[in-house]
Amino acid sequence: MVEELLYSEAGLLNFGIFFLLATVLLLVVLGFVTYAILAERKVMGFMQLRQGPNQVGGRWGLLQTVADVLKLLLKEDTIPKLADRPLFILAPVIAFAPAFMVLATIPFTDKLQFADIGVGLLYYIAISGLTTVGIVTGAWASNNKYALLGGMRAAAQMISYEIPLVMSVLGIILLTGSLNLNEIVEAQKNGWFIIWQPIAFIVFLIASTAELNRVPFDLPEAESELVAGFHVEYSGFRWAFFMLAEYVYFFAMASLTTVLFLGGWLPLPFLEFIPGAVWFALKFTAVIFILVWFRVTFPRLRADQLMEFGWKVLLPVALANIFLTALLKEWLNIF
Amino acid sequence: MELWNLYQNNYLIVFVFLCLGVLLPVVALFLGKLLRPYKPYDTKYTTYESGIEPFHDSRVQFNVRYYIFALMFVIFDVETVFLYPWAVAYEKLGIFALIEMLIFVFMLIIGLVYAWKKKVLKWI
Repeated sequence: MVEELLYSEAGLLNFGIFFLLATVLLLVVLGFVTYAILAERKVMGFMQLRQGPNQVGGRWGLLQTVADVLKLLLKEDTIPKLADRPLFILAPVIAFAPAFMVLATIPFTDKLQFADIGVGLLYYIAISGLTTVGIVTGAWASNNKYALLGGMRAAAQMISYEIPLVMSVLGIILLTGSLNLNEIVEAQKNGWFIIWQPIAFIVFLIASTAELNRVPFDLPEAESELVAGFHVEYSGFRWAFFMLAEYVYFFAMASLTTVLFLGGWLPLPFLEFIPGAVWFALKFTAVIFILVWFRVTFPRLRADQLMEFGWKVLLPVALANIFLTALLKEWLNIF
Repeated sequence: MELWNLYQNNYLIVFVFLCLGVLLPVVALFLGKLLRPYKPYDTKYTTYESGIEPFHDSRVQFNVRYYIFALMFVIFDVETVFLYPWAVAYEKLGIFALIEMLIFVFMLIIGLVYAWKKKVLKWI
């Protein structure tokens, strides 16, 4: 049915159907965010030998995040007098919209995917860069010193780590000869790219953590030095949208890591009877868990260490990896 | 014709995602407006500055270092714009294109080393 739909003429009816389907995905993602926050707090709790949320919604705190969201919804909305009002209102939208847009191209299984466009990977990278604009807009519009500092830091960090992120993926493009995410997964039939591209994987993991503004790269919103960074002046649901954007990116980045390096929906050998969706979910959860684990384990970097690490270590390593891959491909002819 | 439809439909999906991404904040904030309280008084709308009276405008001249990093970013981003098509077509281009690309990247690495030596990459 969906096949037919995709080959039929693009029109308003198609728009309506896609809209409904995308809304379903949006609800799934919101559900994920709700429970990802709870899971993160729980895992962090257990790793630090404490309980984590355990009051609202039973012993596991299952309704904790729902309660938090409701509280945010009922909070009074304050926009400072000195703030640039239109930009202040616009900023959360600019930050959130690309976070959801990037999900359009990610293939969850060979059947379950939205837009199968030829430049999928490039699309992801290009769109995800737009969130920086939203963050800087918010920081500037707040007219607050902490916010401006945080926003500037965020911009500097995100553009610095975008380069290694983009470069590390090049090895994979060399091996597959395509930017389409489906073809990238198909190319991993004889070995996931984490095996063929271990250096790229490490660079990608570090750079993606930095792009997500997560610990140990959470300088833009370092609570203990900048109060909260770029969203100091935001409250209630406007603030919630910055947070939501962050967690939707968390979802998107974990999916992308799964697709690029862990073989997407492809099963391990001899375990083909387990459906692809389950495989994707398992790998995806593993990536999420590792990122949460990072958060509990590592202390925050200093601003100078952060920038120098990005430009002096990750960038040269990523560049070297590209040519190493090209040479290997030339000599070994595996792909 | 069929492929053209497929192509159009795929980008229509992207557009749908854009619409949803904008609609969700708009709708949620509008709904919130109906629910949340509104009790304004002056001090509530002052800029936060750790409890003291805010002074000066915060939009001051900023450290030039951020600008230099932005420039570096542009240089290397343009490099990736050239690297991506090369990587996709590498199978057909072969060893000659590889050497060409090596020379191209080498020139940019000279730039990086220069910036490094000039202590541009040092964050103070």
